[in-house]
Amino acid sequence: MAKSKPRVKVPKSADKDEVITIKTLISHKMESGQRKDKEGNPIPRQIINKFTCEFNGKPVFSCDLEPAISANPYLEFSARVPESGVFTFTWVDDDGSVYSKESKIKVN
Amino acid sequence: MTALPRLSLADTDAVKAAIDAVAGGATPEVANVTLTAPEIAENGNTVPITVAIDSPMTDDDYVTDVTILAAGNPAPGVATFHFTPMSGSAEATTRMRLAKTQDVIAVAKTSTGKVYMDRKTVKVTIGGCGG
Repeated sequence: MAKSKPRVKVPKSADKDEVITIKTLISHKMESGQRKDKEGNPIPRQIINKFTCEFNGKPVFSCDLEPAISANPYLEFSARVPESGVFTFTWVDDDGSVYSKESKIKVN
Repeated sequence: MTALPRLSLADTDAVKAAIDAVAGGATPEVANVTLTAPEIAENGNTVPITVAIDSPMTDDDYVTDVTILAAGNPAPGVATFHFTPMSGSAEATTRMRLAKTQDVIAVAKTSTGKVYMDRKTVKVTIGGCGG
């Protein structure tokens, strides 16, 4: 399987306590486990089942994903920025792989 | 088709059980939650949905969890969002799969123990043959 590549969009800077919008996308086929191959055998489920976003180690937002989420799962949510710091994004695959990405933000 | 959110009696047992599991037995109030989804989705593979909950999002009163359910899918669960006061606002967008024309339901729980919900019917056209 092609390696899953996470992408995030976070503003470079914000005002103190501003609520910003974060957009994330990870390339992943999100195999639902409902489909069958040509021989009629079920294709095993393989999805990203968990996403978390932390800011300076504190939880901001997380999401449990089910097979009903589309391929290349896209998530958009907001975060309040009390200080300059680092957002850490983590995606967990059914096969145990963990993909992560960091994004810095500066408070003016 | 009514635009008003409603508690449908047509929900299957699986959907009712899923709502109960989130609500913890409480009857969700149809208020404060805005579920935004297209009225007609041409491609059931990627249906954009946004859920927004009216909440002050302070340390004392914020939305903890929002569960999205698709009443007509093989399994009703779609996603559960977990918010914190750090989220700033209880709003999230994702893209989901819908097997056929059906109701999409959002159930929200707050830190003060309130349970709210909203539902929306999404018509799914597959391959242009009509839903």
